[in-house]
Amino acid sequence: MKKWQCVVCGFIYDEEQGLPEEGIAPGTRWEDIPEDWECPECGVSKDDFEMVELEA
Amino acid sequence: MAPLTVLGTGLAGYTLAREIRKRDREVPLRLVTADDGSAYSKPMLSNALARGKTPAQLVMASAADMAAQLDARIDTHTRALAIDPAARRLRTDRDEDAFSQLVLAVGADPVRPDLAGDGAGEVLSVNDLDDYRHFRQRLAADGRVLILGAGLIGCEFANDLAASGHAVTLVDPAPQALGRLLPAAGARQLEAALSELGVQWRLGLTAGRVDRAGSGYRVTLSDGSRVEAGLVLSAIGLQPRTALAADAGLATGRGIEVDRWLRSSDARVFALGDCAQVEGLVLPFVMPLMQGARALAATLTGTPTAVRLPAMPVVVKTPACPVVVAPPPPGAQGEWRIEATADGVLARFEQPDGRLAGFALTGTAVAQKQRLSRELPPLLD
Repeated sequence: MKKWQCVVCGFIYDEEQGLPEEGIAPGTRWEDIPEDWECPECGVSKDDFEMVELEA
Repeated sequence: MAPLTVLGTGLAGYTLAREIRKRDREVPLRLVTADDGSAYSKPMLSNALARGKTPAQLVMASAADMAAQLDARIDTHTRALAIDPAARRLRTDRDEDAFSQLVLAVGADPVRPDLAGDGAGEVLSVNDLDDYRHFRQRLAADGRVLILGAGLIGCEFANDLAASGHAVTLVDPAPQALGRLLPAAGARQLEAALSELGVQWRLGLTAGRVDRAGSGYRVTLSDGSRVEAGLVLSAIGLQPRTALAADAGLATGRGIEVDRWLRSSDARVFALGDCAQVEGLVLPFVMPLMQGARALAATLTGTPTAVRLPAMPVVVKTPACPVVVAPPPPGAQGEWRIEATADGVLARFEQPDGRLAGFALTGTAVAQKQRLSRELPPLLD
């Protein structure tokens, strides 16, 4: 499971947690999130995100 | 063919350019910027310390990289001096050139505090990456940082500095933090959380003088008390940059006045981001900028598209006490209904008929953001 961070606002998407309140189940992998998804905090599109390494 | 020209390479200018290129690979595109054109995210300036980022590490791409990526001409270190909307010409300190359409994405200026004393001119503000570089150079390992203004930016910087081991004093004329965004109960919780990190509060006060003292400053507050600080940072507000537009005869109010299509009073000139006043609303946040950039890119490439703005709660980056606010629109009738628990405050601003017009959440209550956002009416439908 990985974490992805929005490069604009710092919001972190954690695959393990998902975003249940947005209908994204825990465990949903980044690549399985729809392409038209937007950052819930600042609205940037999915291709503006970059991956954050999972802390050890 | 004269280029579609964008003034500014901040989040607004570069996001718009990217959205234009998603729609049109051919249209000649020119961006003009007074700085070096580095692409970075301004919201990330106020939490860079805690994330262990240097100013250099905040740069996502250089102007040259962006020019290649966007297939655009980017004029860096170039200051726009005058716009002639009728002739569709832009004069800079380097040249004069035609444009097909022009977008003002020039941002906002920090409001300067009115201060006496020989250190007043050395009060810093952080409005862009260059300012931030300067701030980080001046930030000593020890020594207090005094922040003027306990609004969103002031509180975010206070949290970032205090969590990174700096002593911080926050001064604000209001009796509470985030006075324009949070009801008092929520503010108390934020204040307590920042106090835990060592932040000292001087609320209900203004700074009158900043005098040099040793290697730092002595700041005199309105109650006559004095605070010694190594650095004074002002975060008292932003003022949209309207001078260029006003000089060109375009309609301006608090910001550059634009309609739902982000069109100014001249059909070929548009404004986006912190400099714009959209149907009366000045919204200096990322979310409306992203919505605006997408609609404007469509409009500029031949598909006129009005901006729709859903309710857009603002996340305040104060990890010591998470805060989310959706302020009620100016002049909204109603009152705050507050549910406070030990570790969170949920405040609903309800209109007389019970409908939700805004909310403020702190601590564990921020989990309610999505649910409450769905209850809010859109800002611009």
